[in-house]
Amino acid sequence: MNLLNMFARRTSAPQARERLQILLSHERASTGGQPDLLAKLREEILEVISRHVTVDQDKVMVKLDRGDAVSMLEVDIEIPNRSELRKVAAG
Amino acid sequence: MAKVLVVTSGKGGVGKTTSTAALGAALALSGQTVCVVDFDVGLRNLDLVMGAERRVVFDLINVVQGDAKLSQALIRDKRCEHLSLLAASQTRDKDALSSEGVARVIEELREKFDWIICDSPAGIERGATLAMRHADMAVVVTNPEVSSVRDSDRIIGLLDSKTMRAERGERMDKFLLLTRYDPARAERGEMLKVDDVLEILSIPLLGIVPESQAVLSASNLGSPVTIANPDSAPARAYLDAALRLMGIDVPITVPTDKRSLFGALFGRRVA
Repeated sequence: MNLLNMFARRTSAPQARERLQILLSHERASTGGQPDLLAKLREEILEVISRHVTVDQDKVMVKLDRGDAVSMLEVDIEIPNRSELRKVAAG
Repeated sequence: MAKVLVVTSGKGGVGKTTSTAALGAALALSGQTVCVVDFDVGLRNLDLVMGAERRVVFDLINVVQGDAKLSQALIRDKRCEHLSLLAASQTRDKDALSSEGVARVIEELREKFDWIICDSPAGIERGATLAMRHADMAVVVTNPEVSSVRDSDRIIGLLDSKTMRAERGERMDKFLLLTRYDPARAERGEMLKVDDVLEILSIPLLGIVPESQAVLSASNLGSPVTIANPDSAPARAYLDAALRLMGIDVPITVPTDKRSLFGALFGRRVA
């Protein structure tokens, strides 16, 4: 455990360096040229879906993971099925 | 030809005011005429660090608004005759600084001094953009720590887009001043190294100021560290940085208070 702790402490500066390099490559891209692409994608995806189904804004989860080579935008939307809709209409 | 230099960082507390005072005094000690200007309206501190807090009668805003002449507002340093201070206002709002007014004051200062050093407030708001607006060159003060490096990167972007020089398509010289550096911790991998920060920010290095008690002692006394304790490690770093600003090629070292081998071991040339 002690050895592990020592190792973890030793690697903090390289981690800082790596985190900064990834973060800044994104920030430079978003403040320089195009506005935040991922924000735009999120907005338009939600717009298309809500054109066809009623989406509860509280049931939408958006996750973002910015990586070195690729970024992952995860949009998780809960769409009520028909029986659920009927229940709501009846109740 | 007068030079306007902005000392900026984005993040607060990294040493902008300390560096402004130390570099200003170092340049003045080598015979250049220098005016240090505090742009931190509402939270002025350069007067305090310079030990002139009881001598402020008129400030930058008074001059910008035409309530006082520049010569009335300039405070001549008592220890160093080539060094003057133009204080910020403590009571007024930063909105009282008009863009045209600042331009006029800077032009007037250019006629009187070799160097005009603008101490920027933290942040990227109006005060910070006005402080950099008329600069010919910039010193970006950075601590070897993630949030400071990120904010410096942002400020470098602003220097390349929001300054008069950038808008005219001219080159804006930017230099990195790494402060509060601890070579021993960096060597142990506990702190970002000089090369890490240089690689990330990719601007030339002006100097490395080691973490030192001498800085706090100097501000306690109200004196730039280059005057209060010129033999201390941070003072030697600032004195060398001032020489580099004047175009003199001095090898970059990390001075130490204990006069160990570190300074010699970390020898490096300016980029």
